[in-house]
Amino acid sequence: MDKIKGYKRADGKIGIRNHMLVIPSVICAAHVAESIARNVPGAVFIANQYGCGQMGKDFEQTFRTLAGIGRNPNVGAVLVVGLGCELLRPEKLAHEIAESKKPVEMITIQNEGGTSAAIKKGTAIVERLTETLRLLHDESCPVSELILGLECGGSDSTSGLASNPAVGYATDLLIKAGGSAILTETPEMIGAEHILAKRAVNASVAEKLLSVVNAFEQKVFDEGCDIRGTQPCPGNMAGGITTIEEKSLGCAFKAGTNTIQDVIMYGEPVRAQGLTIMDAPGHDVQSMIGMLASGAQVVVFTTGRGNPCGTPIAPVVKVTGNRETYLNMKENTDVYVGDLIHSGSTLEDEGRKVYDTILRVCNGELTASEKFGHREFGIWRIATTI
Amino acid sequence: VKVISLEGALILDPKDTVATATVTLDAGKEIGYVVGGQERKITIIQDIPAGHKFALQDMHPGDNLYKYGEIIGKAFVEIRSGEHVHVHNVESLRGRGDLS
Repeated sequence: MDKIKGYKRADGKIGIRNHMLVIPSVICAAHVAESIARNVPGAVFIANQYGCGQMGKDFEQTFRTLAGIGRNPNVGAVLVVGLGCELLRPEKLAHEIAESKKPVEMITIQNEGGTSAAIKKGTAIVERLTETLRLLHDESCPVSELILGLECGGSDSTSGLASNPAVGYATDLLIKAGGSAILTETPEMIGAEHILAKRAVNASVAEKLLSVVNAFEQKVFDEGCDIRGTQPCPGNMAGGITTIEEKSLGCAFKAGTNTIQDVIMYGEPVRAQGLTIMDAPGHDVQSMIGMLASGAQVVVFTTGRGNPCGTPIAPVVKVTGNRETYLNMKENTDVYVGDLIHSGSTLEDEGRKVYDTILRVCNGELTASEKFGHREFGIWRIATTI
Repeated sequence: VKVISLEGALILDPKDTVATATVTLDAGKEIGYVVGGQERKITIIQDIPAGHKFALQDMHPGDNLYKYGEIIGKAFVEIRSGEHVHVHNVESLRGRGDLS
């Protein structure tokens, strides 16, 4: 079986990166959290905009996402920075993340007595935690421990012809080796859900899949909007995609041919080995963050028009089948699979190229988005701020 | 496996009523291909940008369009064989809150 280099965490999970993460539990703590992370080389922070003025399922989803990002095995240690009075309790978030048995500490700005004192205290904590991370060594781990997040952004007609099928081949290889993958972006299943539902492991998973897709389409009906213009977006259309049905059919190839084992909520931990569907919007950054909160250690991202985005804690492998885009945005691209369209190479050739790149990235090779320091962050909100 | 390769275009399933140009195709170009054992010929009647679709047959308003062997929308005006097929003559059947 293929092996990767990984960091064995105390909860048994395998990380392929070893990040020191600073999480603001509320937007009011974001500047302090960012300042702390900037003070310590290697530390990263997430630009959480929420944590207050939320309610119900929307609040639960924000909490679940932040906790999941903290628990992600690519994260070796965490500092939670709170303001002190917020709805999203920083001590509760720290406690939830500490269930993964990694070092977690917490400070609040009100408790420390202001911005400068909080930055000073937080910086000292992060320096100490970073030192403990440096002592960890990566070791040989089975590839079956991998959860691969599947993403597409800036799709065009080459996405359905080349990059998504090539990624699908790689997904099948990973699942055959005992690994797992997450397919998401629920609105981009509209028009392809009948095909995906046939691949569900049982009737209840099929029903759940259809219900999350219907719920998204219902939101479009409730708004009285025509989905066109949003899905497909102007770039998709310029690239030859005419309707959401056409886009969805192309998107679904990313998930290969495997059985769909489970359907989970946004940011909910992956339960099944194999292929899982996560309910999330087609917003690339929000859907990637949801998959990382669900436990994915690496994302593969297909694009037709070109896309630079990364994430704060996991590498994103960019794949394109569009020759012009590859030449135009080479510095943002990790794998070119356009030979599938233009030079008669096989799906197996291009799929293996994607799979091998994913393994090299897991072994430490930096992706284009990592080299540029792309660390976009966003959480899917499902209710109004109050 | 079901893909039919044309000179400068792909048909993704034998059921399809559109093909996708893989390079820019000029109006007037004739392309021969075989589907289901039958030889056919299509004449491109409009310039087709790379990555865009053209009709493999005449279509009428309300006709469903097939790509990947699946329905991707419907024609809302007459579409002639070899014509550029896109948002100006095809609409989504799904996510149409404007109609509900």
